[in-house]
Amino acid sequence: MIVLEVVVLLLVAAGGTAVVLTRDPLHQAIVASFYGLLLGILFLVLQAPDVALSQIVVGAVALPLMILLALAKVRERRQ
Amino acid sequence: MSPRLRRRVFLVAAGAVAALLLWGLSGLPAFGDYAGTYGTVLNRVAVDERHATNVVAAVTFDYRGVDTMGEEFILFAAVVGVAILLRAQRDEAEEPPDEDADDRRAPGTSDAVRVLGLALLGPIVLYGIYVVAHGHLSPGGGFQGGVVLATGALLVFLSGEYVTLRRVGPETLLDLAESAGAGGYVAVGLLGLATGAAFLANVLPLGQPGTLLSSGMIPLINLAVGLEVAGGLVLLLYEFLDQTLVMRRQGYDI
Repeated sequence: MIVLEVVVLLLVAAGGTAVVLTRDPLHQAIVASFYGLLLGILFLVLQAPDVALSQIVVGAVALPLMILLALAKVRERRQ
Repeated sequence: MSPRLRRRVFLVAAGAVAALLLWGLSGLPAFGDYAGTYGTVLNRVAVDERHATNVVAAVTFDYRGVDTMGEEFILFAAVVGVAILLRAQRDEAEEPPDEDADDRRAPGTSDAVRVLGLALLGPIVLYGIYVVAHGHLSPGGGFQGGVVLATGALLVFLSGEYVTLRRVGPETLLDLAESAGAGGYVAVGLLGLATGAAFLANVLPLGQPGTLLSSGMIPLINLAVGLEVAGGLVLLLYEFLDQTLVMRRQGYDI
């Protein structure tokens, strides 16, 4: 179990770094979605399935979707 | 300040922060080493008292039901706020709708996305209903199930066109679902007052633990929250997509 926790924690750390290092907001939304999924797995490994489910639906679906829609809107304005 | 000096100041500050963090982390209790008494007590009594096998649901929708009502209204207020802000802009740019115009169509969707989206739609909606209905039995509940249901609408949008989505889920129905969900929570709470107990007191029969019709009012509240979250999120999606359509009709290439 400890090994699994360490592996998932390292994945989360790598995911968070990837979100920060991605400069283009459009790409960042997708990377953030993967990061949300990784966090969901972490919560599942830490035995919090309720929180994991919320994290997956909000972090991996709702948040990136809102970012994408907001980006579409901002881009229209610029044109 | 020269870049070199700035980097030195940063390195000193970063080193100090890292040292403080490590110091703090070394003093943390081990994982699973729970010191609070509240959780331990609830774990013992929740199933007996509320007949809910998901203790988390018993806490969020019963013991701490008023907190969750506040959370639900945060989402409600957020959706209403977005709707008010975006609808005003849409009216400013109102033009007669032209259903057949090319520029009203969403950019080409590939057949693979269409097929996969439509194939997933049924299971997703079923799973959303399952998560909402089993909130008091297993991990999940109104919030999570509501968002899962809302992704069903997203699938319709991805696999078809926006116009199809509007036909499947008219806005009035969504407005109604969102308000009925938010108001339903309060109505369930008032049920407690009506029977002479406190607001949000669990006054309904508790039933057999582990069955679908158990835990008294928790499934009812889950249903209300599920309606509110699903309706609210699809409304959010609509408002943003409407904006995109308005812009597209005005000749922007998006």
